[in-house]
Amino acid sequence: MKKTLLLLLTTLAVFSLFQGCGKEDPNTLTILNYGKYIEPEVLDKFEAETGIKVEYEEYITPENMYTKYKAGAIDYDLICTSDYMIEKLIGENEVLELNFDQIPLVKNLDSSYFEFSKSFDPENKYTIPYFFGTVGILYNREIVDESKVNSWQILWDDTYSGKIIMADSVRDSFMVAEKLLGYSLNTTEDDKLRAAQQLLIEQKPLVYSYLVDEAQDEMIAENAAMAVVYSGEAGLALEYNDNLAFSVPKEGSNMWIDSWFMPKSARHTENAEKFLNFLCREDIAALNFDYVYYATPNMKVKESLDEELQENTTIFPPQEILNNCEVLKSLDDEAAMRYNLYWKEIKSAD
Amino acid sequence: MRNLKRQFLAGPYILWMAGFILLPTLMILYYAFTSTSGDFSLLNVTSITFSVHFKSLMLSLKLALICTVICLILSYPLAMILNNLKTKSQGLIVFIFILPMWMNFMLRILAWRLLLSNNGVINSVLGFIGLPGLDILNTPTAVVFCMVYDFLPFMVLPVYNAMARIQPDIIEAAKDLGAGNLTIFFRIILPLTMSGVISGIIMVFVPALTSFAISDLLGGGKVLLIGNVIEQAFMQEYNWNLGSGLSVVLMVFVIASMALMNSHGDEGGGTFA
Repeated sequence: MKKTLLLLLTTLAVFSLFQGCGKEDPNTLTILNYGKYIEPEVLDKFEAETGIKVEYEEYITPENMYTKYKAGAIDYDLICTSDYMIEKLIGENEVLELNFDQIPLVKNLDSSYFEFSKSFDPENKYTIPYFFGTVGILYNREIVDESKVNSWQILWDDTYSGKIIMADSVRDSFMVAEKLLGYSLNTTEDDKLRAAQQLLIEQKPLVYSYLVDEAQDEMIAENAAMAVVYSGEAGLALEYNDNLAFSVPKEGSNMWIDSWFMPKSARHTENAEKFLNFLCREDIAALNFDYVYYATPNMKVKESLDEELQENTTIFPPQEILNNCEVLKSLDDEAAMRYNLYWKEIKSAD
Repeated sequence: MRNLKRQFLAGPYILWMAGFILLPTLMILYYAFTSTSGDFSLLNVTSITFSVHFKSLMLSLKLALICTVICLILSYPLAMILNNLKTKSQGLIVFIFILPMWMNFMLRILAWRLLLSNNGVINSVLGFIGLPGLDILNTPTAVVFCMVYDFLPFMVLPVYNAMARIQPDIIEAAKDLGAGNLTIFFRIILPLTMSGVISGIIMVFVPALTSFAISDLLGGGKVLLIGNVIEQAFMQEYNWNLGSGLSVVLMVFVIASMALMNSHGDEGGGTFA
């Protein structure tokens, strides 16, 4: 009895210790963002100009972000993530409205991207677009037959066995198979999902590895012939290795927008809005673009680039490609569970 | 009075136990036996029978077993050689074995990724001297290889410790009484080092069974161990109930393997015994 009491008391004591850590410094800003997705100097400059201390954290996939946020251990003030995940969070009532009066420089952004954003933020109340792009095949011209790279079918070509990198992300990998089969990338019909899964299982023996952020490094090191990557990553890889090229297959692909939003956990909303305004400022957005190298919705920055870069179709997807692309929609719990289960079955297949 | 003092000294340990061992375990048990909506449910635990989960558990057991056997085969002769060296060189070799452990575990795995990749150092050297390339990255072989690399010191040290404790007199006595080398090994050295071997097996088998980082980085996402399934349940699917349920199943396997090993090794002297 005495022992149980002692144990109970100590447990309580441990809990109260954790509570004590919650005291906050009023002048901070806690940010959660994808890996390699901001120029570190931008954060330094923001701290120097405003005196606000930035706590910066990274994650790999939108699903990781969701877990980190939902775990509730850290009160994030500002999060950057992708369209379908924002849609899910808005649906769960987890997103705060932005006060656009505090973010006047949002006028630097091309309004057409706010139109795109309506697919997940119908009234443009919650989000500010950060970067956008497509998903396609980054390939090595020395190894790959360029006449065939305009179709996802090339990822099933056994000439390249052991040299194909697929995306280690449920939705991105399924997208490839779904598009090849002519389905929508948001399909939840079970027979279509099973067909896509079957294709991905058939492909597995040819796959070198399933990667997200490292795919680009492996391609630069020429460890693989082709990889399914985000257009921005491809743009960056092209800078490092002249043998690489990028193609968005004709069957269509995913067009994604990564945007900033303020989650319900935000404790420093004014600082968050100051930061968003700062990110829209021309010099900062230009600095950031140079580092991240994804298509920026900032008109001022795009206009200031030299013509060759403005016409770089890897970074800035042309309209006819975008017309052929779909934006990912958030799945309901039941469909998400099936996607996850089928994905695990692919990963454990021989 | 004395009793109170003793309890006081145990305070930090009890605090630690309560906060970082007992509480998390209780939370895992709670999540394991509830559904996402919070009702009582056995589904998370029984989902180990789903073919995809069962398959990854079997793969984990298989790779952990292979890893343990390889570690044992490498460690035992090494410990014997070490034991026969001069005291000074013994220290040096043990030091060399522990040295890599000063480096972060993840960094070492990442380094292997670079070394083993298609255009990596090892393949470049092999290619240069005209040998065929080593194509094991992103296969279970690479995962086992790295497990062995990482966990070998956990086998070498307890086996070596047990061996170093054998008094040379005992072996001399056996020789005086006419025992041959084989008899000495099987009747004296092996039984007396059994406790070290058992500690070593537990210390290699358990982390190998539960690992997920190695298979993630060196398996290229193609080797799905039970640890990866649990990690995915927590990190990707936001299904803590499923992750906890599978963790409980895995815990049963870990405890069972430890109990099995300990029931054979009660002579004392091992790291755990």
